[in-house]
Amino acid sequence: MDSLHLDQHISHQFNEDLELLRTKLLEMGGLVEDQLRDAVKAIETADGGLAEKVRKTEDEVDKREMELDRESITVLARRQPAASDLRLVMMVTKATRDLERIGDEANKIAKMAQALNEEGGDPGRGYVELRHLARNVIRIVGVSLDAFARYDVEAAMEVVRGDKQIDTEYKTAVREMITYMMEDPRAITRVMNIMWALRALERIGDHARNIAEHVIYLVHGTDVRHTSISDIEKALQQKS
Amino acid sequence: MSTTMNDTFLDDNANIPEQAVGAPFSDDAKIAIRDVSVAYADKKAVHEVDLDIGRNEVIAMIGPSGCGKSTFLRCLNRMNDTIDVCRVTGSIKMDDIEINDGKLDVVPLRARVGMVFQKPNPFPKSIYDNVAYGPRIHGLANRRSELDDIVETSLRRAGLWNEVKDRLDQPGTSLSGGQQQRLCIARTIAVSPEVILMDEPCSALDPIATAKIEELISELSNNITIVIVTHSMQQAARVSSRTAYFHMGRLIEVNPTQQVFTNPDHQLTEAYITGRFG
Repeated sequence: MDSLHLDQHISHQFNEDLELLRTKLLEMGGLVEDQLRDAVKAIETADGGLAEKVRKTEDEVDKREMELDRESITVLARRQPAASDLRLVMMVTKATRDLERIGDEANKIAKMAQALNEEGGDPGRGYVELRHLARNVIRIVGVSLDAFARYDVEAAMEVVRGDKQIDTEYKTAVREMITYMMEDPRAITRVMNIMWALRALERIGDHARNIAEHVIYLVHGTDVRHTSISDIEKALQQKS
Repeated sequence: MSTTMNDTFLDDNANIPEQAVGAPFSDDAKIAIRDVSVAYADKKAVHEVDLDIGRNEVIAMIGPSGCGKSTFLRCLNRMNDTIDVCRVTGSIKMDDIEINDGKLDVVPLRARVGMVFQKPNPFPKSIYDNVAYGPRIHGLANRRSELDDIVETSLRRAGLWNEVKDRLDQPGTSLSGGQQQRLCIARTIAVSPEVILMDEPCSALDPIATAKIEELISELSNNITIVIVTHSMQQAARVSSRTAYFHMGRLIEVNPTQQVFTNPDHQLTEAYITGRFG
């Protein structure tokens, strides 16, 4: 599905420029998704090697962020895009930043994995909550990228709702962690590391929501940031 | 994914609307245009346009070549009268007067609604006389000193005074293209028009001269209504507060310029401003 008709400019070069932005953003998204999955797996399996890999990928993600910014500025300068083309370029520069931040957060999770690994000992407490939250966060990051790939507003809405769910789960998990620490003060350092990882996951959910909001802006031209879910739904109903 | 141009981009939504989409009307109209059509002999060039031009706004008319935007512009000060086979129907009301009334004297009308053309067209006279011409024939100055004042004020407002004050007696044609165009604008504003029509006023000018004209447009719009036809989308985006899109003689969309260039209502507008068809 290509509801933006990026391939239909009179200028073939312009078609290619925009398609390149799109492809490169999706590639960067894929890279960040891998980074996130690896980081979570590194915690779950206490795999120091995998954690190290996540941290090394960060350089590549940063490089791609700069590359996409450069390409976007070139398109702005040379093509002066308007309407949906302009929204696409703006969306790409913003989503790039969100992806880079997701990478940063994944990196933090990898650091926690290394810390937990070095500590050794009982892996028990907090892992269930972490695994649960991580599964949902990984899912909505994937859906946000699919929403962009297909310009799918319904999928974007799924991310917005998913993020709200994640915020609730995060709060519940934090309460659990506090209980664990109160029950066993010797586990505080360990549980704190899990808490940091949970916090990073919650932030990643916010970035996925940002990307989904950019997709809605791209497709409909409606700015839905800082808007309640019910107001977004109303705005989208008016559009359709 | 479609690969051909006509395939999917222009779907049902791209049908030409009965009435322009967006916001064609204004609460404070300087000129109210209703059901205006223009035909050259049997060929209709502009179809049933309804549009308000707001007081002291800058409105840009854009659209592909031959879409009728210049023909439409020329209705607003009866310039189409000069073409024998051209017939304009409908109502064009400016404040109290009906512009499209055959009995209306076009000479005072054209003082109220001035025009600047694509190619600068100074009279083959001195710089001074170019500007003084209008005030003289309309009897706006009783004494030479009054005329001098009008010439100086007009040239100052057109941003040309400092460049020409020492050579007012030299021919207008001795100036550069950009200066000539500003001279033509000075000549237009010398008779204190309420509206200025501009038909691609910068298409023959370099970017610096263009920037000066655009700056001038924004200053003049403090108390003059400006209608500008332009092929440069960036120019429309820079200078206007509203943009009207014409397509095959029909007014398709009128909206705030910011909206037209970020999120237009009509697919034909979007296709044109993003370069999706020729």
